[in-house]
Order: sequence, then structure tokens, then C-alpha cells
Amino acid sequence: MHRRRSFGVRVRDRRVAGWLFMLPLIAVNVVVVLVPAASSVYYSFTDWSGIGGANFIGLQNYAQLLKDGEFLNGLWHNILWTIFFLIVPMAMGLFGAYALTRIRRFQLLFRVLYFIPYIVASVVNASIWRSILDPQSGIGALLHINPLGNPSLALWSVEFVNNWAWWGFLVVVFLAAMSGISPSLYEAAEMDGAGPVRQFFSITLPGIRPTFAFLGLMTIIWSFLAFDYVYVLTQGGPAGSTDLLSTVLYRDAFSNLQGGYASAIGVVMALISAIVVVGYLVLRRVRKWEI
Amino acid sequence: MTVSAEPRPRAVAKTRSRAQTGRGARRSAGPFTYVVLTMLAIFALGPIVLFLFNALKTTNEYATSALSLPTTWQWGNFLEAWQTANMGAGLANSLIIVVGTVVLTCFVAGCAAYALARLEIHGANGFISYVLIVSSLPGQMFLVPLFATWTKLGLYDTQLGLIIIYCGLFSPFATLLLRSFMIGIPKEFEEAARVDGANELQLLFRIVLPNAWPGFLTIALTTGLSAYNEFLFAVTFIQNPQRQPVSLAFFTFQQGFTQNYNLISAAGVIMILPMLVLFLLLQRRFIDGIAASGLGGS
Repeated sequence: MHRRRSFGVRVRDRRVAGWLFMLPLIAVNVVVVLVPAASSVYYSFTDWSGIGGANFIGLQNYAQLLKDGEFLNGLWHNILWTIFFLIVPMAMGLFGAYALTRIRRFQLLFRVLYFIPYIVASVVNASIWRSILDPQSGIGALLHINPLGNPSLALWSVEFVNNWAWWGFLVVVFLAAMSGISPSLYEAAEMDGAGPVRQFFSITLPGIRPTFAFLGLMTIIWSFLAFDYVYVLTQGGPAGSTDLLSTVLYRDAFSNLQGGYASAIGVVMALISAIVVVGYLVLRRVRKWEI
Repeated sequence: MTVSAEPRPRAVAKTRSRAQTGRGARRSAGPFTYVVLTMLAIFALGPIVLFLFNALKTTNEYATSALSLPTTWQWGNFLEAWQTANMGAGLANSLIIVVGTVVLTCFVAGCAAYALARLEIHGANGFISYVLIVSSLPGQMFLVPLFATWTKLGLYDTQLGLIIIYCGLFSPFATLLLRSFMIGIPKEFEEAARVDGANELQLLFRIVLPNAWPGFLTIALTTGLSAYNEFLFAVTFIQNPQRQPVSLAFFTFQQGFTQNYNLISAAGVIMILPMLVLFLLLQRRFIDGIAASGLGGS
């Protein structure tokens, strides 16, 4: 009897202790993320400048967004950005990882080499490529183009530079996922005479589907948050040709002092992420994927 | 239609795999695969090597071509860049910010991960979903109100303010990673200590932490790297040049009036060097931690 009671007290104590241990994480998250995110929703319905008071103006900011050429231009570029990042780095990452699973030597060496650009800071990466692409002394001079200065090339150039730092990350993650596939599957396929390409599509790709789907999801979300490379390389120019939602938001908030309007852009960005995540969850349930 | 060089090496490997090696011996690829992989390696590293070359050129030589070897190696550029770009102060500030972020994140995430892994708290699953949702909110969404709050609290333009933001951004994921690490530690150790009358804090510090240190090293490396390289919040929340982390010192130098690209390159090399060395020394831990982030932390 006595024993059981003390055990019950013990469990309750541990629960209390548990929440005490959670407290720092909850506190930091509430202060840094949750409260500002909630106030962003509130401010998006006001004419707030970014400092001082705010007047409620209903959906005016959102109505304004639909007519705002800069916003729609940024949104369109984010969509192009997403398409690029769903295709080019994904293909490079899958190819690199699959090729690495099929070699006997230097696998670890290649993996480390591919990963190095990922650890280089975005500001430095931007600088590295700015000098390589330079129209006077770099590749631009050889090809007689101005990759970052020509409005029809600039967005692709920035995406290319960002991808350079990104695809190695995908190689590492895909390789980790591919190493979880049982070798016996490949051996059986080999017996049946399936070549490397067949094996990739019928064993490797299905075998890493959870990772593939997750990274596809994250690619879409991250593509709508991209900021650094545009800000450092082109600041959205020339002539708005590389503007993204994030750079429009940044300009509205900190140069144009339209805190409420910028908040509305932030809320739209969060809604896009939310729609993508919900869509993914629904798809996962309908298709019965298990992760 | 695919790779012409494939069939032969595969056949060779097939016989070899039957004959001698057992483990993973099906893996077989011809020289073509190595050629492509090497080209990808050149694509990854070539730009960094060129950057180093540019850092060693004279201004005139750089202006002629950014794609060639330096004729004379100007090692003095590094000294000049160090001084004019204020790299020393930048690196010192980054050290403070990175160490502060890592220590605070390890503490916050360590406590929370321990609670989620070991203490039977209600709503742990709900909390994990909350963490996932919070960490997927775009920084841009809370940037503007956070800026106003930080100004009010006197945290704007302070390193402490930036450290707290980084902790808020990086601790949810670090918690999930550490939690999965701690679940892997055998419970028997703690049961034994508990029978001996140890309390929760003693358990944490005597049993769990010593066993979970590889997990802590992993999150320390990934958060340290993120804090060192982070740009959006740094550029928004730090104004005073004396408090700038190295990323901003470098950015300011690059945007400045003196567009000496050889010196900018030298400053960039100085900035990436510490992380490059750390990465090459501890690449296994780095890559494991970062691969886990891509696998969804699960």
C-alpha cells in the first residue's frame, strides 16, 4: 500500500519536473517566434509603420497586395525559384548520391567535397560567384553576357549560385537514405538483368520515397523563404527582375516603413507554407504513405 | 541509350562479387561514373580555389581576369584585408555569438529533450507537433514585430539579443535531434541511479549528459555553423560596426567604396577558414547531424 502511493507521487513529481525542464524552450519560443508571429497577424490588419501605434484598417492591406505589382512580381519569381529548385538540385542530388552508392572507393571523399560549399556562408558564396560571373573579368567577359546585370538572366544566375551551395546537402541526405535500402534488393534485380537505370527507378527511388517527399516539401517551403542570395547579389534588381516576396517584404518594412503591409506579406508567406504542408499531409493520407 | 561503358564493368564486378568479396560487392561502376563524380567535385571546389587565387592577386591582375592563376602570390593581401575589413573584431564578435548560441541552445534543447525522452509529461506528442509547426514558420513573418519588441526591450543591436533569437530559431530542431539520441540510451542506468535515490537533476548531469554527449556535439556543430553563417537576422538586428559578426563585417566591406576584389576575396577566405577547418576535422559529426535534419529528424 505504502509502496504504491510513493510510486504515484514519484510519477507526479516527474511530470512536474518534466514541464519545468520544458520551460526554457517554451519561454524562448514564445518570445522569439510565437508572440511576434501572432502580432504579425494582428499588424497585417493595421496601418502600422513599424514603430508606434497602429490603426485597424481591416483587409485593406490584403486588398492592396492583389493590386501591388511588386508583390505579384515577387510571388511569380518565387514560383520560378521553386520550380528550379525542385528540378535542378534534386536531380543533381539524386544522381550524385546514386552514383556514390555504386562506387567502391572514395565515396567518403566525394561526399565531403560536395558538402563543402554548403558550409560556406551565403555572403561569401555570393562574393565567390560575383567575381566568377563578372562581365569584365570573369565568365561574363568570355561569353559576352552579364549574368547578374541582365534582367532576363539575373534570376537564373542567382538560383544557379544558390544551388551551387545547396545540391551537396541533398547528396548527403539522399545518400544517407539510400544506405538504408537492403542490398539484397539490388542483388535480386541484378540477377534479373536490370541495369543501373532500371535499378534506380524501381528500387532506389521507391526505397527513399519518404526522404524524397520530405525534401520536396522542404524545397517548396524554403523556396518561398529565399532571401540571402538575392539580397547580397542583386538586391532584387535589375529592374525588379530578381525580387522575391522576402525582399519586397524587407524593403516595405525597413525602407518604406510600412510595417503593417510588410506583415501582411509575411502572413501570406506563412499561409503558402501552411497550404503546402496541409496538402502534403492530405496526399500522404490519401496515398497511404507512411513516414 | 544510357551509359555505353556500363555493361562490361558490371559483368566483371558480378563475377568478382560471387568469387570473393561478400559485403556490398554488387556495387560496381565503370570509369565513366568516376569521371562524372570528379566533374561534380570540380564544380563544387573549383570556385573556392579560384576565390583563393583571386585573394592572392594584385588589383590590376584581378581586373584583367578573375579566372586565372596569380603570377605573383600576394600573401600580404590577407593582412591588408584583415585590417581594412575589420575582420579581427568581426571574428571575435562571431565567436561570442556562436559560443553564446551554442551554449544557450544546448542548455534549452538539452533540458527539453530530456523531458520529452524520459519524464512522462502529458501532451509530449502535441508538443512535438507544436515544435514542428513553430520551426516551419517563416522568419520573415515574425521579423518585423520582433524588431519592434527587441527595440522596446533594449535587445536591438546587442549580441545577447541576436543570441536569444538564434536560440529560439535553432532550439526546436536541436531538441528533436537530441530527443532521438536520448531515447537510444539504455534506461537501466537511470533506473539503477533512481533506486539509489538520485533526483532528476542528478540523473540528468550524472547519467544522461555523459551518455548523450555525441548528440550534444552534433547539435553544437550544426547550430554553431548556422549561427556563424546566418545573415537575415544578423543584418536586421545588429547595426553598430563594433558589434558586427564576421558575416556583416564581410558584407559591409564588400558593399563599401573600395571595390578591391582581391581584398574582398581575401576577407572572404578569412571568413570561411575557421568553419572549413572545423568541418574537415569533425566532418563525420557535421554530416550526420545535417543528414538527420534532411531526413526529418526522425
